[in-house]
Amino acid sequence: MNRLLVSNGLILDPVTQSVKTSNVYIADGNIIAIDHEPAGFEADRSIDATGLIISPGLVDLSARLREPGLDFKADIHSEVTAAASAGITTLCCPPDTDPVIDEPAVVELIHRKAANAAHTHVVTLGALTRGLEGHLLSEMATLKAAGCVGVSNSRRPVANTLILRRAYSYAASCGITIFIEPDEHWLSTGGCAHDGKVATRLGLQGIPVSAETVAISRALELILETGARAHFGRLSSAHGVELIRRAKERGMAITADVSAHQLFLSEMDINSFNSMCHVLPPLRSQRDMEALREAVKDGVIDAICSDHQPHEPDAKQAPFASTEPGISSLESLLPLTLRLVHEQVVPTYTALSLLSTQPAAILGIEAGVLAANRPADICIYDPEQDWQLDTSTMLSRGKNTPFAGWNFQGKVRHTIIDGRLVYTS
Amino acid sequence: MANRPTRPTDPLIGNDSWNIQLDSNGKLKHFLTIEGLGSDMLTSILDTAESFANVNEQRVKKVPLLRGKTIVNLFFEASTRTRTTFELAAKRLSADILNINISTSATTKGESLLDTLQNLQAMLCDMFIVRHSDSGAAHFIAGNVAPHISVINAGDGRHAHPTQAMLDMFTIRRNKGRDFGGLRVAIVGDLLHSRVARSQIHALNILNTGDVRVIAPRTLLPTDIEDMGVSIYTDLEAGIKDADVIIMLRLQKERMQGAFLPSEHEYYSQYGLTEERLRVARDDAIVMHPGPINRGVEIESRVADGERSVILDQVTYGISVRMAVMSMVLGREPEQNATEAN
Repeated sequence: MNRLLVSNGLILDPVTQSVKTSNVYIADGNIIAIDHEPAGFEADRSIDATGLIISPGLVDLSARLREPGLDFKADIHSEVTAAASAGITTLCCPPDTDPVIDEPAVVELIHRKAANAAHTHVVTLGALTRGLEGHLLSEMATLKAAGCVGVSNSRRPVANTLILRRAYSYAASCGITIFIEPDEHWLSTGGCAHDGKVATRLGLQGIPVSAETVAISRALELILETGARAHFGRLSSAHGVELIRRAKERGMAITADVSAHQLFLSEMDINSFNSMCHVLPPLRSQRDMEALREAVKDGVIDAICSDHQPHEPDAKQAPFASTEPGISSLESLLPLTLRLVHEQVVPTYTALSLLSTQPAAILGIEAGVLAANRPADICIYDPEQDWQLDTSTMLSRGKNTPFAGWNFQGKVRHTIIDGRLVYTS
Repeated sequence: MANRPTRPTDPLIGNDSWNIQLDSNGKLKHFLTIEGLGSDMLTSILDTAESFANVNEQRVKKVPLLRGKTIVNLFFEASTRTRTTFELAAKRLSADILNINISTSATTKGESLLDTLQNLQAMLCDMFIVRHSDSGAAHFIAGNVAPHISVINAGDGRHAHPTQAMLDMFTIRRNKGRDFGGLRVAIVGDLLHSRVARSQIHALNILNTGDVRVIAPRTLLPTDIEDMGVSIYTDLEAGIKDADVIIMLRLQKERMQGAFLPSEHEYYSQYGLTEERLRVARDDAIVMHPGPINRGVEIESRVADGERSVILDQVTYGISVRMAVMSMVLGREPEQNATEAN
């Protein structure tokens, strides 16, 4: 028996939007009761959560673990350990590993390594096309059976729209969600920054907003025709948000997410050729950033993810365009989202829902809810603690973050996964 | 919960990028971009260049200002003229100069840029003159060299080519006088890929030029370039009407076939500077070009070789301007006891 008592914490339930000071009783991996002590409950271990907020564990819709294939950057063990320390209890790994996730053996490898690491749960997206090459359909039913929660072509192009249409159609018949990172390859290739005044001044090749909107428009039409279920990830522009908003108003059952850094950084932040701000999709204008915040506020965006992409130091040590894109962002996901609360963009319930309940629903997994008989995946954080992000104390192997030195309020104190206390600060 | 400022007080990489080129006394330590420099600084470069222009006209064209200094021409991208004029400028200042050409084939990476730098740094030189195909390369190098080494940008990607822009300002000043306020300057051609144009635009605006225009088809104009303080023309004759200075940019062959432009012929028919078209400019307008020129593509031979052309003067002035920058950068007083002289 493994019984855990979390006592006297402020339980914040994003589903019922309620808050109360109470206890959570956990046994054998599940929450067995909230408030009322079950008869005969004897805790093997208890956590005093006085003054702390108890939230569903965070569910991250996109985190690259770099394994298999790029384990000189990071590995599954290091990254799930970092994720757990950041309150993330489930993360979703895109298929662009090496080899790509297009056959069950790779899915099993990742799931096994994650299980061995025994921290954050890892779910996987299978490749939409074989090898992500955009030519042949992947074995989606097989991938689903092997445990993939969705399919995606990552940011790799499917140049032939007929093949894309068939892939959506086939995914629809498999009942598997398509995860789309909207990018029109020919408009973005070679670019490294938003096509706007900063890129022009710095002489960097731009990526126009149309790289996103053309891809969204094409996907939306194919979703309408094929009836596929789809999620749009990593939106970056006001126009992109607008397309999603209109599609939702038309009644399309689509969802969307944004990475946390897109809500805090803009093209101005690359002003000094700051390679830490080299990301794809690129940081866009201030106006785009504000539109993304607005969409988070009014529900057009359903989730905030980390878009974690850890790198070795050398990957960022070069002139801007020659550096590799991406931010190591597991450990800034909750702090940045809490800043949205502090800046009165969203209330705490909504913030936590964007980080847990809603992404869990998008993935179709049993997570993101604090209730009896549900898995005990819980994030417990101190809402008052002030701290500064210091790359030397980050647990991710990737230290590539533009948020080093930023001051945050609110820090994870305990993370419980499957009823086990896996992290305590 | 309070709303607190979260911006880091310490910058993320090195110093603030636009001030990285100034030392604690406000003197030029590196010369990476025109952007962010004041008109005093630009004027002081031009004045210093003026004094070296006299040296260059004498029989013994050499001064001992930088004797004992070692300068490395570090070219990651091919160049003949720029490299040669830097070399000549260094020699006339009595510095030792080393030419290193590192071909950067995209496929064979090998040694990283940082490794290359550290190796060269170990040879105890005083200045790197850098040309690289990546925008921001000069900033990157300046941010990573030992503190005693200065970096001069001899062209980085599409970003900046500050010494070229300064020799262009020198040329304009020699022909049109010190006051740029009443001048109308038109820059014509491939602005999208041009580091020269970007640096020229900054320099012209810092020197308070009355009207700066850019003229090109939309495919060769970068997005939001008007934010840099220029007005946009897609019609050549409308753009150069009453201009005092016309700067033609080089059109690279690879841009002509393919997607930026339909053909060389059509480009010349729309944007080629001919004697005929030059008539709409002011009678005393000068024609400039950073070289090398493509006769019959962006400029008619009669114009390039004509009396309005100052293209060869630009090359000559390039030596004086580069001598000025090198001597200002390497001739600085030590930072701790320097005063605000001059």
